[in-house]
Amino acid sequence: MAFYECVYMARPDVSTTQVEAITEQITNIITERGGSVHSTEYWGLKSLAYRVKKNRKAHYVLMNIDCNNDAKAEMERTMSLNEDVLRMLTLRLEEMPEGQSIQMRAKARGDRPDRGDRGDRGDRGDRGDRGERRERRSEDA
Amino acid sequence: MARRPFTRRKKSCPFSGPNAPVIDYKDTKLLSRFLSERGKIVPSRITAVSAKKQRELSRAIKRARTMALLPYVIG
Repeated sequence: MAFYECVYMARPDVSTTQVEAITEQITNIITERGGSVHSTEYWGLKSLAYRVKKNRKAHYVLMNIDCNNDAKAEMERTMSLNEDVLRMLTLRLEEMPEGQSIQMRAKARGDRPDRGDRGDRGDRGDRGDRGERRERRSEDA
Repeated sequence: MARRPFTRRKKSCPFSGPNAPVIDYKDTKLLSRFLSERGKIVPSRITAVSAKKQRELSRAIKRARTMALLPYVIG
């Protein structure tokens, strides 16, 4: 049985109970086929970095699953048919992560991801033997 | 610009060594440090990330972008 991590986004119009119902449905699909769901996290209604299907926010749910590939395929098929699910990402993991994911820990602390902090980018590095720099044209990076 | 001396103090990769953060596509705070103002991935010759970690970082940023945790373009 392989370890998978599945993150999916649900439309913002649906209620939290409906999101839980979707999660329930997935859990049933997995357990019917002999898998197990280790943990489920609900990250809440988050703002998206860009518009997805004309939505600015979405419900995010993370699930850590241990199942075989039939269950995973069935789960993905079911979710892609569900109109309330906007996007889904399933990854295979080497080992099951313990504890909460970073998003939940940040949520518990009350932090918002700090987008303004650029951090230390350091110097540009030397040019080596590429010669002197030409005069700067307008750059947009 | 004045020509820099050939050998200069090398910064080490922020992801190697003890207490290095794990690269996770869900960690938007960590990943956004490696994006430019426009949202582009910063090359490793500037951030001094090792080649292997830069590939992992790039993969994580692209995954985060598809899940709308990070933008493709800002502005």
